[in-house]
Amino acid sequence: MKIFKDIWQGAEACAHGAMKAGLDFFAGYPITPSTEVAEHLSNLLPKKGKTFIQMEDEIASIVAIVGASMAGAKAMTATSGPGFSLMQEGIGYACMVEAPIVICNVMRGGPSTGLPTKVSQGDVMQAKWGTHGDHPSIVLSPASVQEMYDMTIQAFNLAERFRNPVILLTDETITHMREKIEFDTEATPTLINRTYPSSKENYQPYGQLIDDVPVMANLGDGYGTSITALSHLSDGFQTADYQVSRDLIERLSRKVDKHAKDLFELEVWNGDAPTMIVCYGISARTVQALMARENHPNVGMIRLKTLFPFHDESLWEKVKHAHHIIVPELNLGQIYLEVQRTVGHRIPVSLLSKTGGNLINPDELSNEIERISKHAR
Amino acid sequence: MRGEKYLNNDRIPSIWCPGCGNGIVLHAMLTALEDLNINTEDLVFVSGIGCSSRSSTYTIFDNIHTLHGRAIPIATAIKLMRPDKKVVIMSGDGDALAIGGNHLIHAARRNMDLTLIIFNNSIYGMTGGQVSPLTPSGKKGTTATQGTIEEQFDTVKLLAGAGASYVARSGTYYFQATVKYMKKALSRQGFSAIEVFTQCPIYFGRLNQFKTPAQMMLWQKENMILKEKAEKMSPEELSGKILIGEFVEEDRMSYIQKKELKLKEICKP
Repeated sequence: MKIFKDIWQGAEACAHGAMKAGLDFFAGYPITPSTEVAEHLSNLLPKKGKTFIQMEDEIASIVAIVGASMAGAKAMTATSGPGFSLMQEGIGYACMVEAPIVICNVMRGGPSTGLPTKVSQGDVMQAKWGTHGDHPSIVLSPASVQEMYDMTIQAFNLAERFRNPVILLTDETITHMREKIEFDTEATPTLINRTYPSSKENYQPYGQLIDDVPVMANLGDGYGTSITALSHLSDGFQTADYQVSRDLIERLSRKVDKHAKDLFELEVWNGDAPTMIVCYGISARTVQALMARENHPNVGMIRLKTLFPFHDESLWEKVKHAHHIIVPELNLGQIYLEVQRTVGHRIPVSLLSKTGGNLINPDELSNEIERISKHAR
Repeated sequence: MRGEKYLNNDRIPSIWCPGCGNGIVLHAMLTALEDLNINTEDLVFVSGIGCSSRSSTYTIFDNIHTLHGRAIPIATAIKLMRPDKKVVIMSGDGDALAIGGNHLIHAARRNMDLTLIIFNNSIYGMTGGQVSPLTPSGKKGTTATQGTIEEQFDTVKLLAGAGASYVARSGTYYFQATVKYMKKALSRQGFSAIEVFTQCPIYFGRLNQFKTPAQMMLWQKENMILKEKAEKMSPEELSGKILIGEFVEEDRMSYIQKKELKLKEICKP
């Protein structure tokens, strides 16, 4: 065991995590506040003989990583706000052709150009529903520089396992702040790789499924792989057949959603408390800061490490004892709606919302806790 | 028929209308590939969205039918991952020059090792006959029922200006020349592009007073002038004519060649 310790920026941790996961290909376009991820990778990738390319826009970047992935690469991009909006069509394409890719979206103030240098959590529902049509979503939410490293590796593993895009949904503050990082340089993290067909005989790109995930050859292997984002048959050729199309759309979501319970990771502090704060990402740091500063025996925290797939029963199990739930978010209420939907009929849920580019101050959270406890009395 | 061995017969008949020229362009490509003895392991077809973009799916080569306008960046990535393979893009005038225009000029600028075939039917066929950036001024489409007032791109000048290292123009009437240019493009490194005029009798023809597909091909015969011949003609004689032939043929370092050199420099043992 050889422990490496350093102070890293979040973007740097993401880049190193991607390299550790076996990144072969990065395509991106400069945008604040995600650019540092690209800058680090433009340095790291060529040294390993791997590919970095700065594309002409975000649309080209997202489809390039899909193309690279279908040719066998572990591929990723990093972007923010307006760039993430431009990428939505390509994310849907990746869902439909079943391309394993990782997208790091660094949330900044929106809508539109908004607040390029300031923090936000306004893209949560876009990460889930941004592209058109029903599709599976896997969205991870790091709350520290250490998690920027660990969750980037996890994102690649999930992308490869499910042959689906995985969104590392981070924010300006987690990406720009510097804090301690620590890992064992001699240990190899568990890396999952997609399954390749064992023989060319009777090969069809979508013909062999393992747990609803297709076993595909790479473009360029000469297997006759045929890919389209039109509704398609198992040989990859387009069809408008009702039953085939329906089966395809249902399988795409099912392959992820049936594992929702395992995928939905939570961190719980003081889990028996009557007031539970359900939080994620940078807003969880406000909760942690308050709890480190003051003794709040009646307050607990549930931090969502996975935002989607959202597993209702898991959340319910963790909060069913509570008298009140607070959801602090840097938006006008997005995960709040998920929590409302899941437990709102049984337990009152209040939103502590902040927009405009500043973090929620621990005092503001403390006041909200105080307000609720008075109200309860 | 030359090139027939590369056709995926399970997927024929195609979606193309009777009299459409797209089959001639695909036939020219498959003929060029057979003449060059290309194996199915040696090449990947990439296409966007539109009538012409379906062509890649009718072959037995590895193929990827992508998003509208996005064939070029996807092909770029595939080439970067598989530099040992030929990567050929089958695209249309709307796909390559309207929605995909930005990707087109940047692939040319990079001199990316790709071969691009632009099927120019001067109209959006798949969606039913709307004007495109290659619809000639004054011609009609369902979104310009009185004739378009817009000007068209000169694809050759655009690509030459953007940095493509091989640019040619042909038409379905000139099958042998089209095959010849395709063979040359496929044998080169860097960015090569061929604009091939192809007839759309159902939409462009019907809206613009062409009575038959054959009449549209004869129009090519009468109005396309070989570049070398045009040099000896007066501006009056050339008015309304379309120049065909090879316009750019430069031996410059391609992106892949530069990348390999750079990696050698960076990854010194």
